[in-house]
Amino acid sequence: MTTTALRPNEAGLRTDGRLERLRLFGLSSPAMLLILVILVIPVGWLFYVSFIGANGEFSLENYERMIKRKSYVRIFITTFQVSVLTTGLCILIGYPLAYFMSQLPNRLANLCLITVLLPFWTSLLVRTYAWLVLLQKQGLVNQWAMNLGLWDEPLKIVHNMTGTLIGMVHIMLPFLILPVYGAMKAIDRDYLKAASNLGANPRTAFWTVFFPLTTPGLFAGSLMVFILCLGFFVTPAVLGGGKVIMVSMKIVSNIELFVNWGAASAMGVVLLIMTLVILWIASRFLRLDQITSGGH
Amino acid sequence: MASWFKSPASETQVTHGQRLWLYVFAVITMILLVLPTLIVIPMSFSDSQYLEFPPETWSTRWYDNFFGSDEWMQAMRTSLQTAFLTMLVATPVGVAAAYGLHTSNVPFVRMAFVMMITPMMVPLVLVAIGAFYAYVQLNILYTVTGLVLAHTVLALPLVVIVSGSALKGYDMSQEQAARSLGAPRWKAFFTVTLPQIRFAVVTSALLAFLTSFDEVVVAMFISGGDNPTLTRNMFNALRDQIDPTIASISTLMIFVTTVMMVLAQVFGQQRKP
Repeated sequence: MTTTALRPNEAGLRTDGRLERLRLFGLSSPAMLLILVILVIPVGWLFYVSFIGANGEFSLENYERMIKRKSYVRIFITTFQVSVLTTGLCILIGYPLAYFMSQLPNRLANLCLITVLLPFWTSLLVRTYAWLVLLQKQGLVNQWAMNLGLWDEPLKIVHNMTGTLIGMVHIMLPFLILPVYGAMKAIDRDYLKAASNLGANPRTAFWTVFFPLTTPGLFAGSLMVFILCLGFFVTPAVLGGGKVIMVSMKIVSNIELFVNWGAASAMGVVLLIMTLVILWIASRFLRLDQITSGGH
Repeated sequence: MASWFKSPASETQVTHGQRLWLYVFAVITMILLVLPTLIVIPMSFSDSQYLEFPPETWSTRWYDNFFGSDEWMQAMRTSLQTAFLTMLVATPVGVAAAYGLHTSNVPFVRMAFVMMITPMMVPLVLVAIGAFYAYVQLNILYTVTGLVLAHTVLALPLVVIVSGSALKGYDMSQEQAARSLGAPRWKAFFTVTLPQIRFAVVTSALLAFLTSFDEVVVAMFISGGDNPTLTRNMFNALRDQIDPTIASISTLMIFVTTVMMVLAQVFGQQRKP
């Protein structure tokens, strides 16, 4: 009288289905295995090493050092400063540009989009180098500014915080613009028509209707920029001239110069945990694949 | 012209005149986005040691410098070889993973997806020193094999995301139709599904190539000896002084990128018949 009697194959079919699903899932195993061996296990090992002190026994000295030593505290503050400033500047510059592009006719918008995609695809090292050349003392920026009479003597705009920020903002901008642009394109323009029909002036229509609809994209983009900034190495190392020391740079010098795996690992673990906490908080508002694909 | 200033620019009835600032701002920003990279190109043909713009005398001496140096040539070979192999490994492995995650309805698919994109979330420096340590144990430090493996891991999230989203936009019942007509699963995939997501697959292959070709931080640690990459040598040269040879290499790299971009555009355009 049971269902199995009516559908004798059901149990067998169910196992077959389950096996099939597992086999399909198995297609992802080479990728998983690679990530496991090359990334997860070594990072796990670094986690372990971070708790080993100079005498080879378990200790928290690597973490204590980060709190007690002023130089380490300063590195974390600098990292946050650079990340917050870069993200803020990217929003201030990128949002209006995305807004401008989103209202152009399609063909023109695609043309403008190339100006965002070209730097996005170009090697980060090449772009950093370009800024180094442009911003140096005898560089073009100083030359042109002096010719225009903006300033009289060559200014020091590279090998310091200014240069680092210029380079970082230039490199991060596409990461902000692309998701924001995507979010703006997805908005139904009739909402704005309705708003102005109902008497909203342009400013009210923008801030109460348009802007709120773009926040998921803006949030995803800013988050991406902020997280990338936290772990950034190349640009501050080249354009900072040793004056802007970020966490990742200290990790590298701990390995390359001092061969101090414990100290490097502990900093890496803190950096990783900061990143994960930020992602975790963000994932309460956005799904993870929304973040990686920019808010859609 | 005057009437253009007063005509509404968007649905909010804001006039062009009122938001003239936006146009000026946008154009300046777009110029600033592109110019720094492009200005390197004419500079690389300058005869002077000091990279002037516009160059007073033109020459190709920095290119001769680059192509004449065994060290740089070796680095370029390593970089191209690694990028090409990374593309060949990351694309099939990544597409297979995306397909597996998309079709298998197992409960832990979400967790598997998170694992797939960890290489994107873990700070690069950490990946670099982790790989460095692992490669010492595995005895593959400073080898192309090691580089390809590490770069494949970095490229996988991109491949999985790009081809995964193409699969989401693809109607799976077409593959089911093929299978119900007797095609085995693999055949249905290769003859029905793959041709329809091929643009996403090509895009992810190009992304994988560029990921490897442009990568600096990981290469700094695990490439070297006989197999340093171009970017690793460039970075080291940058730390010392501003060598104009770098400008010529940068120009060549911009060229490679542009070719890739055009390829992606050409393949992307065909999506709309």
